[in-house]
Amino acid sequence: TLRLVCTTTAVQRKNVGASGPEKYTEAFIKKQIEEFNLGKRHLANMMGEDPETFTQEDIDRAIAYLFPSGLFDKQARPVMKHPTEIFPEQRKIQWGEDGRPFHFLFYTGKQSYYSLMHETYEKLLNVQKHQDQLIAQDLPLQKEKRNLAGSRWLTKIELEEMLLEKVSDDDYSRFIQLLEKLVALPCADIEEKYIQKFSKEVPVQLQKVVIEPLQHDERGVAFSTGEGKRKTARATAVVYDNGTGKITVNGIDILHYFPVLQDREQLLFPFQFLGRIGKHDMVCTVSGGGRSAQAGAIRLASAKALRSFVTEKEVELMRQAGLLTVDPRVKERKKPGQEGPRRKFTWKKR
Amino acid sequence: DDKLLTEPLSHPDFFSVKELFTLKDLFDARVHLGHKKGCRHRFMEPYIFGCRLDQDIIDLDQTMQHLQLALNFTAHVAYRGGIILFVSRRRQFCHLVESTARACGEYAHTRYWQGGLLTNAHIQFGPGVRLPDLLVFLSTLNNVFEPHVAIRDAAKMNIPTVGVVDTNCNPCLITYPVPGNNDSPAAVELYCRLFRMAIVRAKDKRRQSEAIEELR
Repeated sequence: TLRLVCTTTAVQRKNVGASGPEKYTEAFIKKQIEEFNLGKRHLANMMGEDPETFTQEDIDRAIAYLFPSGLFDKQARPVMKHPTEIFPEQRKIQWGEDGRPFHFLFYTGKQSYYSLMHETYEKLLNVQKHQDQLIAQDLPLQKEKRNLAGSRWLTKIELEEMLLEKVSDDDYSRFIQLLEKLVALPCADIEEKYIQKFSKEVPVQLQKVVIEPLQHDERGVAFSTGEGKRKTARATAVVYDNGTGKITVNGIDILHYFPVLQDREQLLFPFQFLGRIGKHDMVCTVSGGGRSAQAGAIRLASAKALRSFVTEKEVELMRQAGLLTVDPRVKERKKPGQEGPRRKFTWKKR
Repeated sequence: DDKLLTEPLSHPDFFSVKELFTLKDLFDARVHLGHKKGCRHRFMEPYIFGCRLDQDIIDLDQTMQHLQLALNFTAHVAYRGGIILFVSRRRQFCHLVESTARACGEYAHTRYWQGGLLTNAHIQFGPGVRLPDLLVFLSTLNNVFEPHVAIRDAAKMNIPTVGVVDTNCNPCLITYPVPGNNDSPAAVELYCRLFRMAIVRAKDKRRQSEAIEELR
């Protein structure tokens, strides 16, 4: 005889949020794809275009025409895309009709990550076996140095994108350790293709500054140009060889353009530093900024132009003197609650 | 369909599991070697033959019987299309166990066991998951030398277990314990080979029987 088992009077409510987002079956996705293709042909007929050559951009334009929407958020507007773009990959159900999961590591919870570790460990064992074979035959082990500087491993986010599931920090560091161990073995060249899947090129960041060669104008005089800036002023300078030391700014002589001695000293500083005061002519154009800013801009422009006339050691000396560096100082903004960038309002005791 | 399922149950050894191994094979694979006397678990005393120079020796006659029962049960489960999950927390044999499981077409779990895998499966995996029908332990202890959580969870979820119990393990909650060494690589390779052959035989027999039924 069966005894009646007492259940609670409280109704067991289904915890809707607990089991993640809803999962899709393969058959469901296939049906969605068929419906999408049919709908695409119907849309092409409606718009009077050829169903065979109806691309995704045509679809987007057609939908925007037929369903005009004033919503600001682009993702809230009506959209007709291929089902693979709409239904995210990881939400497909992972087992077949009889209930058996597809992947042999399904019950671990993190199947893609653990299968990756399994594969990498297998490659490691392969390399060790190959190494043992070479040692048994007394052949020398290859040691081609991999270019360590030019490559980096995948970041955690890139790995998550590759595996389509979350990877914790510990798991990520373990994976990187395993890869490093694999790379450190002498015969790791066999698995080079596998390792390249997880390494990325780092673009070389050093930019060698190219010093332009001297140009010659119609009279045969060598000249070179340079650009400079300081605060809001922008200047271009053309420095000619075999000159008398004449300097022209915006068509005006410097004595008239810069009445103050300090600005003229700034202009002459690069020439004085190189000891070429009476040897060059200069023609410059400058705009923006104030008196001092324009002077600084022309100084930088002329120093850059002079690099072409001078040896590399002297260029290095100029750089160390600060003649080739752009002055980063600009006017600091005023902050609310203060009178100026730094000055606070007068403090009154009462 | 009914005949397919009831016919193997009438024979004591339908899959001729006894031919898969001999006592000499077990001895050569060093299955009889246990841990030292100090590590002995109280409940393993019936399975121990004796103690030599402080090292326990497992009784291979009992091991033979238990192993035959276990392999027979595994084969029956595989014949009926059950999900078999190989569990082991030993890092040395993790790769071997996973490859064995892949070769059989069954499943393996040799990594960190998350708490609610069996007991909280519908929330962890999704509604409609099918839980394993048999758990096979190649090593019952985890990395801290405590009994694996899966033994207790399987007992809670009414899932039968087959496990290789060493002299320092607790054979209590395991349905088909197999006393034997689970530390030597030779012994573990032997177990993997035996389980794989049993499962493969059972699946082949199932396919043959289904083909014969369809022909009728």
